[in-house]
Amino acid sequence: MYEEDMDGPEVVKRFCYINRKAPYGTVYAHEMLETVLIAAAFEQDVSVVFADDGVFQLKKNQDTKDIGMKNFSPTFRALEGYDVEKIYVEKESMNERGLTEDDLVIDVEVLDSTQLADLIDAQDVVISA
Amino acid sequence: MKFGLLINEGPFTHQASDTAYRFAKAAIEKGHEVPRVFFYHDGVNNANLLSEPQSDDRNLVKLWSELAKENDIDLVVCIAAALRRGIKDDILADGYRISGLGQLIESGIDNDRLMVFGD
Repeated sequence: MYEEDMDGPEVVKRFCYINRKAPYGTVYAHEMLETVLIAAAFEQDVSVVFADDGVFQLKKNQDTKDIGMKNFSPTFRALEGYDVEKIYVEKESMNERGLTEDDLVIDVEVLDSTQLADLIDAQDVVISA
Repeated sequence: MKFGLLINEGPFTHQASDTAYRFAKAAIEKGHEVPRVFFYHDGVNNANLLSEPQSDDRNLVKLWSELAKENDIDLVVCIAAALRRGIKDDILADGYRISGLGQLIESGIDNDRLMVFGD
C-alpha cells in the first residue's frame, strides 16, 4: 500500500478536455484552461483537444486590448511545465479557419476527425465546453 | 453505477440544469448513485439562494437542494467561478458547498461516469 502511494495515484484515468469555443465572446475557454491546470496536479492521463472555433484559442499574436479582456493565450505555453503534453488540434477545424500549425502558440499534434474520434473513444472522462 | 455530474449552465438561460436534474432523479430511481454534482461556469448560479422565480415556474435551486437532501448528494460549487459571479457562502442554498475544481477531477476519478450538461 505504501508503495502505491510512493509510485503515484492508485487510479489513473484518461481525462480528455475538449475546447470547442472561441477564446473570447464567452467565458468557456478561459475557465476550461483553469480546469486543465488544476487537473494536471492529479497525476491522471490528460489530453487536451482543440476543435471547431476552439482552435482560435491557440492563435499566435492575439491582441485583446480593444475588447478589454485579458489575453490568456500565453498560459497555454505553461501546460508543458504542468506535464500536460498531449495536445491535439483537429485538422478539419484548422483548415476550415485558414490556420496552420505555424499559426499556433504551442506545438500540437494534428489529428483528422477520424483519429480524433478514436482518441475520444479511448478516454474514461471527457469534459467539453 | 455511480454517476458524477457536471453542470455548466445557470438555471434559466439554458436547459442544462433541468436535464441534469431529471437525469439524476431517473438514475437514482433506477437504483444508481449520484454521489456528487459539480457546478461550473454559469452553473454556479444554481446555488443562489436569492434566486426567486415566479410562482408558476419550477425552482431548480430548491429542487436540487431537496434532491440532495433526500439522496445525500454532494452539491459542489467551484470557488473561482462562484466568486467572480458573486456566489458566496452567505447566499448558498441548502446542501451546496463551495470548493475547488479538484472536486470535479475527483468526481471523474471516483465515479463510473462523469456526465457533462452544458450548452
